[in-house]
Amino acid sequence: MTAEGIESPSEPAVLVHGLRKAYGPVEALCGLDLRVEPGAFLTIFGPNGAGKTTLLKVLATLTRPTEGSALVGGKDVVRHAGAVRKRVGVISHNTYLYPQLTALENLEFYARMYRVSAGRERALALLTKMDLGRRMHDRVGTYSRGMQQRLSVARALLHDPKLLLLDEPYTGLDQHACRVLADVLEGLRDGIRTVIMTTHNLQEGLAGCDRAAILVEGRLVFDQEVTNIDASGFQHTYFSCVHAEVPRA
Amino acid sequence: MAFLSQAWAIVRKDLLTELRGASTIVSMVLLGLLVVLVFNFGAEPGADSAVLARSGVLWAAFLFSGVIAVGRSFASEKEAGCLDGLLLCPADRGAIYLGKLIGNLILVFATGVVILLFFTVVYNVGIGAGWLGLLLLLVLASVGLSTLGTLFAAVAAGVRARDALLTVFIFPLLVPLVIAAAHTSTLLLAGQSLGDAGLWPWLLVVYDAVFLAVSFVVFDFVVED
Repeated sequence: MTAEGIESPSEPAVLVHGLRKAYGPVEALCGLDLRVEPGAFLTIFGPNGAGKTTLLKVLATLTRPTEGSALVGGKDVVRHAGAVRKRVGVISHNTYLYPQLTALENLEFYARMYRVSAGRERALALLTKMDLGRRMHDRVGTYSRGMQQRLSVARALLHDPKLLLLDEPYTGLDQHACRVLADVLEGLRDGIRTVIMTTHNLQEGLAGCDRAAILVEGRLVFDQEVTNIDASGFQHTYFSCVHAEVPRA
Repeated sequence: MAFLSQAWAIVRKDLLTELRGASTIVSMVLLGLLVVLVFNFGAEPGADSAVLARSGVLWAAFLFSGVIAVGRSFASEKEAGCLDGLLLCPADRGAIYLGKLIGNLILVFATGVVILLFFTVVYNVGIGAGWLGLLLLLVLASVGLSTLGTLFAAVAAGVRARDALLTVFIFPLLVPLVIAAAHTSTLLLAGQSLGDAGLWPWLLVVYDAVFLAVSFVVFDFVVED
């Protein structure tokens, strides 16, 4: 960043160097290096416990690294946590929505917390975009899982973040809801907004991204542009990286 | 300005959530009233011991019901996965703490008023001119309980045995508050004024100030994953 809100075009959206995160004796991330350019869509694959969520938590300022550094838009996630939070939107299998509040009340609450100017108008526009306008006055507790996840996307986009972190966003969704969410995420690819998604679902993960990486035991063991990847070949690569057998069709 | 606006957004959200669910406030009031009632049945009417113990009953009821409120405040955030959502916001951690604290304070104070009114009826206590002093005492005790309770509720939110952890830590620390409140209210119920209570009310003021300052300083570390 050259100044607040003005990003240098050459500056990476995410720059991680020697990142290590330990929870007591357990190392979740072991000296990770990563560079993501603005506008890129990176999917990080990995089995459970690989460190995917920990990496996103560090980038989202929810947890501090034990060692190393992580910059988002040139801002350090520890020293400039407030500035990083303004730039980052998170979509997870946890929706971060209050079931007792209506959809509109949830978005208005988060708009106030993110200090979004004209928060109500922005919330209404996003509810319409996510096709939730007709039920915006209903409590979120009455929503289906798919509707909650769409509302969660609206919540994450309220402050127009430059970096979107998606942590297993398809978890718990049925096929239809997955398709709807995939369409919504596809619509976010504008070449300006950077997206980092973690998943262990190869098909869904590869569908939207332009770069794929594999994280195993806190280390990136694979990182390539998707144009160079053949889907079936990637499946073999993935299972060989995680030391597992390729499932039979 | 943003600090207060964000804190207020949390207060509004918490109260709205509580009013719609109403589970916490109902539990608080019922427990408080039950404690007052049970102690009343246990005491011989008109006995000196019952007169002396009534202040203790009032603050025991207040304490038990208050701990329910503060315990639920972060547990509900955690259950919905909303605590992370809150921490992701570019808000000062102090604003988040203040918002949660004020939300708890309103619940604790409101329940305290209900318990106090019920207490005056059950124990046939004429508050008389002491009502203002008792109300002020209730405010001071509510601030102390909410301040400490909000902080420890945040600590306990991430732990599986959070209710046990919360009570183990919070009750010993609340002992000075209960002693000071009980001493002061005994004098007020005997018809004396707040000024006659000596240093007891000031102990509450110092207690509130110390824990308020400490809580603001350590809250950031407490909510750190």
